[in-house]
Amino acid sequence: MSGKVVLEGRNLTKHFTAARGPRGRLGRRPPVRAVEEVSLSLRAGSVTALVGESGCGKSTVARLLAQVYPTTSGDVLLHGEAVRAHRGAAFRDYRRQVQLIFQDPFASLNPFHRVRYHLARPLRIHGHVRSAAEETEQVAELLERVSLTPTDQFMDKMPHELSGGQRQRVAIARALAVQPVALIADEPVSMLDVSIRLGVLRLLEKLADESGLALLYITHDIASARYFAEEIMVMYAGRLIERGASEELTQSPKHPYTQLLLESAPDPDRVAPPGSTRRGEPPSLIDPPSGCRFHPRCPVAMPVCSEKTPPRTQLGDGRWTECWQYEK
Amino acid sequence: MNVLEIRGLSVDYLSAGGTVHAVDDVSLDLRRGEILGLAGESGSGKSTLAHAIGRLLRPPAMITAGSVVYHRKDEQVDVLKLAPKALRAFRWKELAVVFQSAMNSLNPVMAVGAQIDDVLRIHEPDMSRKARGERVVELLRRVGISADRRKSYPHELSGGMRQRAAIAIALALNPEVIVMDEPTTALDVVVQRDILHEIRTLKDEYGFAVIFITHDLSLLMEISDRIAIMYAGRVVETGTAKELHRSPRHPYTLGLLRSFPKLRGPREDLLGIPGTPPDLRDLPPGCAFHPRCQSAFDDCGRVSPRLLPGPHGEVACLLNENTGVEVQA
Repeated sequence: MSGKVVLEGRNLTKHFTAARGPRGRLGRRPPVRAVEEVSLSLRAGSVTALVGESGCGKSTVARLLAQVYPTTSGDVLLHGEAVRAHRGAAFRDYRRQVQLIFQDPFASLNPFHRVRYHLARPLRIHGHVRSAAEETEQVAELLERVSLTPTDQFMDKMPHELSGGQRQRVAIARALAVQPVALIADEPVSMLDVSIRLGVLRLLEKLADESGLALLYITHDIASARYFAEEIMVMYAGRLIERGASEELTQSPKHPYTQLLLESAPDPDRVAPPGSTRRGEPPSLIDPPSGCRFHPRCPVAMPVCSEKTPPRTQLGDGRWTECWQYEK
Repeated sequence: MNVLEIRGLSVDYLSAGGTVHAVDDVSLDLRRGEILGLAGESGSGKSTLAHAIGRLLRPPAMITAGSVVYHRKDEQVDVLKLAPKALRAFRWKELAVVFQSAMNSLNPVMAVGAQIDDVLRIHEPDMSRKARGERVVELLRRVGISADRRKSYPHELSGGMRQRAAIAIALALNPEVIVMDEPTTALDVVVQRDILHEIRTLKDEYGFAVIFITHDLSLLMEISDRIAIMYAGRVVETGTAKELHRSPRHPYTLGLLRSFPKLRGPREDLLGIPGTPPDLRDLPPGCAFHPRCQSAFDDCGRVSPRLLPGPHGEVACLLNENTGVEVQA
């Protein structure tokens, strides 16, 4: 809990309406309730992890924070001010401060252009350079920051000449070009080989630390979140269900879903692997379960769980969970 | 007792930019009823090896050397030399393959029950329609899909159910060997845990052997009996899962183990492996791992290490050749 809050989401809710498909009552198509009332804040110089299974809405949260699409309700606040910027100059100004990094570095770089082009474009569009010499100098500096050296060699490479890890470093350098205050990394290492993931995560950590960036690390891998984030938020079926400092959350999880997630992760240090849980799969978000969305899979579900959404129980030190077990 | 013996297998991809030696002189044994884990990064040749075993490679891939000997009760056959008709009988009945993405390996316009039925109809022409129907329901039940889902199409099933259906098809003819190429990579951890448990239970029940391929070493250590580590087309270390976890001998295995963040215990420093995997068209001379290896010495850039038996398992590293093993030989 060091720096000042840079980027904040308050009660973010996003419902998607299908363009095609069967109509429900009154001829309307039922919305996909992707994100419900998610509130989070990112602090300067600190790494926050958002952990959840695929389809839980974590990427939607990233896109709402990056203003890729508008919220159904709720606000995105940058430096404490609510922003709605989806096009034109306002959007460009927002993008100068909040940048995104995507999962697939093979898809996020244009295969027809050299590294130099990818890095020079944001510099030019956002007016950070005036001359060609300045441009080369700044591109070199960016490559240096992401450890792609010798910089003059990497500058003129095409994306296909780079490995996955190197491409992801170029994507990170491109995000840094505009000197953002917040960086949202959506599964930045899950497409990379195990042996090079570590280097990319270390780089992100170093950048957050040195440049005071607020970093949101979105992942399905809770073990990596333990190592690289100061705090972890766990998301399930569109809702945040637990939050805490990463060490405490992973060592003593409170919510039954967090416990299930930790039990299920492969861990060769464990003496005997746990048996099958047979708890089924995450629910449909078109017609989510009533009350707590985890109750159909929950081993300790009580009658109240299927009736009412659990309130947030504060457990001290910013730790909280949304589970009826802890509500007195 | 071995059910499959791979000897000196090499696979090349012919391309304009040069020949890629995707699998280079690989020898492995698969014992009856065991789970053999095959781990490696992308480009290590693990999937190419799996395809070669099932004779599923297509040009520009070419098997340039080696044999894959399958042991039946009283005879041995080289899978690589099977004539088309014999190959057809061999597949599914004796060796089945489960691929990473069940969405791509299942037929999207056929209900899953019909796809299992299809395998039975072709390979067991004497089976009656009724018997086939019963077998389909039985197989689906065994992998944890309720009988009323047999009429569902792949897109109506979740990722986990699709992968279960693909496993049911592989089980249909009770094969001796099932090759699983990243069967759980596209799944979430909770679902993955269930499928792994399922595979182990089914294996104990039916007694088939599994070659389980994945890049996730920590997962392999939990599920496998023995593990082979591949790097740049070669096997660099083999051993039981326990031994590999406790005392890895190849610096690459050690590096992989130190790249995984741990969930429990003290937060140890992660070391990772410096550098990037090599370009297979232009492999470094000597040991392919030496440019990234922290224990490399002069000879590593000149001499290609052989896969030699050590105190436990086998390892291809000059460090090993210079200590202990020479004395034994």
